[in-house]
Amino acid sequence: MSWPHKDLLCVSQLSAGDVENVMRTADSFQEINARPVKKVPTLRGKSVVLFFAEPSTRTKTSFDIAGKRLSADTFSLAKSSSSLVKGESLKDTALTLAAMNPDAIVIRHPSSGAADFLARRLKCSIINAGDGWHAHPTQALLDLFTLRRIWGSVAGKTVLILGDIAHSRVARSNVLLLGMLGANVKLCAPKTLLPARPESWPVTTCPDLDEAVEGADAIMCLRLQLERQQAGLLPNLREYSRRFCLTAERLAKANPHAPVLHPGPINRGVEIASEVADSVESRILDQVSAGVHVRMALLHLYLTRRDAPAAG
Amino acid sequence: MAAPDLVIRGARLAGSGAPAVDLYLAHGRVLGLETHDPGRAHDAPAVEAGGLLLLPGLTDCHVHLREPGQEWKEDVATGLAAAAHGGFANVMCMANTKPVNDDASVTALMLDKARLSWPRGPRLFPVGALTVKLKGEALAAFAELREAGCKAVSNDGLPVHNTELFRRAVEYASDLGLIVIDHCEDPFLSPGAGINEGLVSSALGLRGQPTASEAIQVARDCLLAAYLQAPIHLAHISCRQSVEIIARAKEQGAPVTAETCPHYLLLTEEAVTGYNTQAKVSPPLRTSDDAAALREGLRSGVIDIVSTDHAPHAAHEKETPFDEAPNGISGLDSALALTWRLVAEGALSEADLVRALTKGADIFGLPVNRFAPGDPADVVLFDPNLTWTLTEQEMRSKSKNTPFLNTRLTGRCAGLYVAGKKIV
Repeated sequence: MSWPHKDLLCVSQLSAGDVENVMRTADSFQEINARPVKKVPTLRGKSVVLFFAEPSTRTKTSFDIAGKRLSADTFSLAKSSSSLVKGESLKDTALTLAAMNPDAIVIRHPSSGAADFLARRLKCSIINAGDGWHAHPTQALLDLFTLRRIWGSVAGKTVLILGDIAHSRVARSNVLLLGMLGANVKLCAPKTLLPARPESWPVTTCPDLDEAVEGADAIMCLRLQLERQQAGLLPNLREYSRRFCLTAERLAKANPHAPVLHPGPINRGVEIASEVADSVESRILDQVSAGVHVRMALLHLYLTRRDAPAAG
Repeated sequence: MAAPDLVIRGARLAGSGAPAVDLYLAHGRVLGLETHDPGRAHDAPAVEAGGLLLLPGLTDCHVHLREPGQEWKEDVATGLAAAAHGGFANVMCMANTKPVNDDASVTALMLDKARLSWPRGPRLFPVGALTVKLKGEALAAFAELREAGCKAVSNDGLPVHNTELFRRAVEYASDLGLIVIDHCEDPFLSPGAGINEGLVSSALGLRGQPTASEAIQVARDCLLAAYLQAPIHLAHISCRQSVEIIARAKEQGAPVTAETCPHYLLLTEEAVTGYNTQAKVSPPLRTSDDAAALREGLRSGVIDIVSTDHAPHAAHEKETPFDEAPNGISGLDSALALTWRLVAEGALSEADLVRALTKGADIFGLPVNRFAPGDPADVVLFDPNLTWTLTEQEMRSKSKNTPFLNTRLTGRCAGLYVAGKKIV
């Protein structure tokens, strides 16, 4: 079967069938990642540019490992070393990269819509590794992969997303993806950290965490950026953590064995208590592993435009 | 009637409902208007205008011509070319040039450029800066600016934060017969965001601006105008809240006037979908409910006029991620056809359109043709049935940044006369 998409900009581009395809492909790569020799020749001769105009450790490393395990050549372009600091426009950077004829560009950028901007102009595949507050589709897919390993299916499950929703591309992508697959999504945040008009999203909202955790089958914590306090969106971190930190006591009110996810990096004691981060419910490291499987699957699908990975 | 030097024959007077007329002009002025007489011969040259609509020369109270300082976006010559082809006899250009028009020498330079490039018109009326360098700290020299030719003063684009200073500016300007034009935008509620706060901004992950950002400043200005009994003109109104505040202020006799722009009447925040930087404008495009309120406000007269807020930007400046793109829409080429769309849709009458595109001249004391003997012979011949596409080639503005680019428009200026002289 062929893979119909050139670019991965937002999970809303994918059908439920596409998502299933990604998940099954990731399943098969999980097996490869457990081998002593974790490399297959599937993408030999393909080049992938990792264009990160915003600091990132885990996502970039995850893509880098994913590409290398498929034998693709990966090239990094970080903002500090790129012409962006010399004032080159995104258009010119993109055209320059494209002229080197890569098969895919993985882009992380502080501007919402930056991945769309590249995709409209370039022939190679564009994989969005996070654009502003807009979308982080590979994170949502790896979160889904993590939850499916636990539950099989997310349909009918209640997932609580906790924290800074307004400025979170992770939250936007998860709301769309989980909603599409039939999960109930609840948001918990102060109004200052919710998007405008959340009633237009397929979610319920609740400003009281003790109430919101009740009935939750899983909880996704989001990183609180410290600049939100400077922007006057919350009084101080102590008060934020009193109201919105996922503690063991609060977690106990969720459904039994509710897994806890976090896209990282975590602020211990701010949005997630240290004991919760280190508890058996915490799936944070599973998410990191899932990231490699899912990104291998995505690179495979977008670079070969075929779904069945070569066994090998 | 004295001897005419030009007769425009057989056009229908917009908004009159009357049959075709013959317009007699002499020495740059209207001599008289008579019922069309197909058989009558004239000594003077005659223009056969059967099938066309006769409009007064239009006035645009709000454009940015970018000269001096940003001539890659626009200059006085190209801006006036777009105005002329768009049917405008009078154009008021804002002060946010480089250097700022806070000094008579800058005003003089703008007027020189206009005289050199378009000696017969369209007429250019610069708007002076409200504060020195538009910094919002010290009043500009209004009397000197007025002597140099400015017809109003404004901090457009960089609203004055300090309400005390703004109040004093309004008072001081009123002594001189100058009207303050205010760009209403709260300095802290997401200034310059370029997208409405709402469904679309939430979905796109962009910081949006609530309508309250504008309405709060509209309320401030209405209260000040009423208290001071000094006029304030409210620029590019974009939302229902503002319309309602202005309606109430006018009922109570506050000396405020207001404008909106074709894009606020015809588009909504949906136009930004896909990170369309051509629809990034300040204030941002709002909702269909806001557009409906603006249409009704324009029809009822709460909103006095339509301006373009013509804000040209070069293609490369708009070809960026949304948050990096400058705000603004190039509007002079298309404003008449877009306002005509509202007439075609039944939202406005022809008389409403004439008022919307000419009353600015009354507000700011510019020449205006009401087709009475002695009025300036500023005339637009408008073809209401001509369908055309707003392509880059058709646009006379140097910059093609408009969300209406490559759309089909109906109705076009087929000729502009300023003081009896054919301009286009």
